[in-house]
Amino acid sequence: MTASDAGASGVRPAAVSARGWGWRHAGRSAPAVHGLDLDIAPGERVLLLGPSGAGKSTLLHALAGVLGDEGDDADETGSLLIDGVVPRGQRGRSGLMQQDPETQVVLSRLGDDVAFGAENLAVPRDEIWRRVHEALDDVGLRSAGGGADGRAGLDADGGPDAAGLPLDHPTSALSGGQKQRLALAGILAMRPGLILLDEPTANLDPDGVLEVRDAVGRCLDKTGATLVVVEHRVSVWKDLVDRIVVLQPGSSAGSAGSSAVTSAVLLDGPPDQVLAEARDMLIGAGVWVPGYVPATRRRTSAGSGDLLLAAEDLAVSRERPRRRGFRTIPPVPVQSGVTAQVRSGHALAVTGPNGAGKSTFALTIAGLLAPVAGKVSAAVELSEGAGIDPFKWKANQLISRIGTVFQEPEHQFVTGRVLDELMFGPRHLGHGEERVDELLERLRLTHLVDANPYTLSGGEKRRLSVATVLAAHPRVLVLDEPTFGQDANTWAELASFLTELLDAGTSVVSVTHDQEFSAVLGGAELRLGPASRGGARQEAGAA
Amino acid sequence: MTTAAIKKTGNTWRVVDIVVAALIAITGGVIFWAWSQGAGIISAPMNAVYPPLTGLIAGGWMIPAVLGMLIIRKPGAALFCEAVAATGELIMGSQYGATVLISGILQGLGAELVFFLLVYGNFRFKSFLHQKYNLIAALLAGAGAGLFCGLNDSFLPWGWNIAYEPGDKLAYIVFCTISGAVIAGALSWIATRGLAKTGVLSSFASRKAASEPVFN
Amino acid sequence: MRDALTLRGNHALLTRANPLAKFAVVFLITLVLALSIDWVSATTALVAELALFPLAGLTLRLLWQRGWPLIIAAALGGWSTAIVAADSGAVLLDVGIWSISEGSLQLGIGFMLRGLAIALPAILLMTCTDPTDLADALAQKARLPHRFVLGTLAAMRLVGLMAEEWQTIGMARRARGVGSQGSPLQRLRATLGQSFGLLVQAIRRASRLAITMEARGFGAGQRTWARESTYSPLDAWVLVGGVLIAATAVVAAAGMGTWNFVWR
Repeated sequence: MTASDAGASGVRPAAVSARGWGWRHAGRSAPAVHGLDLDIAPGERVLLLGPSGAGKSTLLHALAGVLGDEGDDADETGSLLIDGVVPRGQRGRSGLMQQDPETQVVLSRLGDDVAFGAENLAVPRDEIWRRVHEALDDVGLRSAGGGADGRAGLDADGGPDAAGLPLDHPTSALSGGQKQRLALAGILAMRPGLILLDEPTANLDPDGVLEVRDAVGRCLDKTGATLVVVEHRVSVWKDLVDRIVVLQPGSSAGSAGSSAVTSAVLLDGPPDQVLAEARDMLIGAGVWVPGYVPATRRRTSAGSGDLLLAAEDLAVSRERPRRRGFRTIPPVPVQSGVTAQVRSGHALAVTGPNGAGKSTFALTIAGLLAPVAGKVSAAVELSEGAGIDPFKWKANQLISRIGTVFQEPEHQFVTGRVLDELMFGPRHLGHGEERVDELLERLRLTHLVDANPYTLSGGEKRRLSVATVLAAHPRVLVLDEPTFGQDANTWAELASFLTELLDAGTSVVSVTHDQEFSAVLGGAELRLGPASRGGARQEAGAA
Repeated sequence: MTTAAIKKTGNTWRVVDIVVAALIAITGGVIFWAWSQGAGIISAPMNAVYPPLTGLIAGGWMIPAVLGMLIIRKPGAALFCEAVAATGELIMGSQYGATVLISGILQGLGAELVFFLLVYGNFRFKSFLHQKYNLIAALLAGAGAGLFCGLNDSFLPWGWNIAYEPGDKLAYIVFCTISGAVIAGALSWIATRGLAKTGVLSSFASRKAASEPVFN
Repeated sequence: MRDALTLRGNHALLTRANPLAKFAVVFLITLVLALSIDWVSATTALVAELALFPLAGLTLRLLWQRGWPLIIAAALGGWSTAIVAADSGAVLLDVGIWSISEGSLQLGIGFMLRGLAIALPAILLMTCTDPTDLADALAQKARLPHRFVLGTLAAMRLVGLMAEEWQTIGMARRARGVGSQGSPLQRLRATLGQSFGLLVQAIRRASRLAITMEARGFGAGQRTWARESTYSPLDAWVLVGGVLIAATAVVAAAGMGTWNFVWR
């Protein structure tokens, strides 16, 4: 695709130029980006790589024009220009998509959300609705007829995959991939010359990833806009981009005065060339280079296979029974009739499409949700006198038997310090504090013992959340999407560590889309079919 | 190397101030809703025994006002947050009907006035009065919100306690004020320091709240 | 989480009225009813409000399903007034600090009915008003600053997500050994910790949402509106209806001699 002047699509591709550009966030001593020299020609498509802390997001935010009002102690050096002008002054010249789909949607109606950007650019009303329809078509969320004011037509409850969505379709009912495509439509309706994607597919399941990638590709082919995308999984974007730029860690280079001459750009060139030259360096930085599966420890023992936990004809839901006046209405299960066994030293991978209730099932056998129907029963070897139903166990009884690692590590932080976080379980149980040092060491957290858990990097948070749950020494470990959004290094470390636990007799249940991860752990697969009822739709994206 | 100073934002509200303030207010509503499910165990006997005692849990409603200001630190934050919280309650359905908006605005105003007088207002006696967003300001702002809540409930026509006897009204107002200071004031102050430590306040004037002096 | 009151797919007549007109009427009725504690004005307004149910797409059954906590709260308000209001007339019940007299009981009943008559219009209003339309009207017609109106509207969209996250954090903390059982003090501490966790997520989400909005040009200057908020003849009828209800309630109470001004 070559750059073209404002063509039929009304888009004029943008040029980016950085000269010695740097940015230090307010309240930080080291700059996030330092000494960046970079030119991007109109219509070019660039994949931006680099270790975490290289300032990739900061650069994208700056290009989107949203940096710069943090207060008086933020600091900018050099220049960063789009078409020769500072980004902040040209709203709508670029469009930004971030990682978390929930915050990429602004308004509650499909059509309104697409129109939002165009409204802010003061586009005339008729033109807005023309752009809304076109943008929705472009991202494959074709609008189903409807009037021109975004509220025509009753939601026929056709479901997200029906042929068309009305303009007043509730945006909360979309899946993660659909939300990201909607965000793309909102960006396209502004007719930006520069599209910025900040890990747009990191929170999506494999289907969602392709859905969004393909929509981006189609839209670029049509508009010729310039693209800058940040993403760890190179294989997803490799064929779509024509240049890869690798940044090096900004803060460390910038803080040392002597290295100020070093450029922030480490490597720059066509994808194949950069990947060949920098393969080892990228692998070292945890980037998912195509065709590379990180080396992991192999399992050495098959495990005793003693039954620890069993689910019989289980129906699950996150909802609790609802009170309607005097009546109590049981929730509609997202999944039912599930039978499974959890055995000592065996892994169980829970798989299935979005909305199949995988996480809900895992939380139910973990004793955190009450079953809607059927039962979860702990074998005597696991319960050790605590009773058969894990949901009825007291918190202390639960954590020393079944440990659950949630998808979002921050949800599980209960103190303000890494060490306290690890000590929390053992202190409550009254034993096991001696294991903490070993866990710190094993999961490379020793240097962080005094840090506030919320301030850690993504990989550190993941390792900490696993360590805190293991500190209570549970026999069964339940993990919800443990590898989501993780770099290759954390991935390999986690997978290896879990094989050790399995060999030592722990049972590992993981909800995952990650087949390579399941393969490392071995064991059985529990494949949940699509949910039979419409109620499962709300869960899409969360599972 | 050229260093461009970033413009000072001062008292103008940025988009991030508005959205975070609004979501704090709404989240406060969610928390209070979850909390009140358990608090029914406390408030029902209070109501049955001596209704003015319910003033003691009224502070929960005023958390958004104080917390919003301690985090955002822009004039109007207390009023805005409390008004948004009340709007949220109206949308979810309120036993107070549309008067919940008036109550919310008045409670927010109570806290806002204290912050105006003590912290951000420009007075001739500034050197004497000018303070920081410290524990004292938080307690007094909570008390201000509680006082306005008590006055609204006791003396305005839509007040829930309009028919009480004067002594009971006074008791209720005192309870509300105490509750405002403790629940809305102290808790918000503690929460702000905790939040600052997590780093989520990095783009706000309160980013260093955890290391600010407690009293001066 | 309680559902928002707005009925999806509601096509009743009043959904087409401008939210500001509906708001004005609700405030008028509320303020007039607030001026007197008596059963006649309250009952008159209640009857009129019940008659409006079909126009707002509400049914008694739906009201009970979604609004029962409010109805119970109104009854409790009547009870507390009955025992705390000044006694007058024969004393019916006197146990320790509780005393209910004929006068205070009458006041209590009047208060309860008035509470319902004040709560109902707001429920009717929200049943037939979508928050998006309300925001459109507030920004375009009432001329409130659009940055604040739309910023709030966008944050409100996340309320369901926050409620879901509250539940998730509760489970996640139980998995760490923070019990929701235990003594009231332990439970209070657990709830405070859970609240803190939710606040962190709320601020993170709101900060990202603000970036999304700014990156779409929000807050920069003049904007257009994809949908115009308009007044129609229906809004005039809404106003006339509101004035009629308020006036009828006052006249009925005055005629029956029950009007009981709150600030005597």
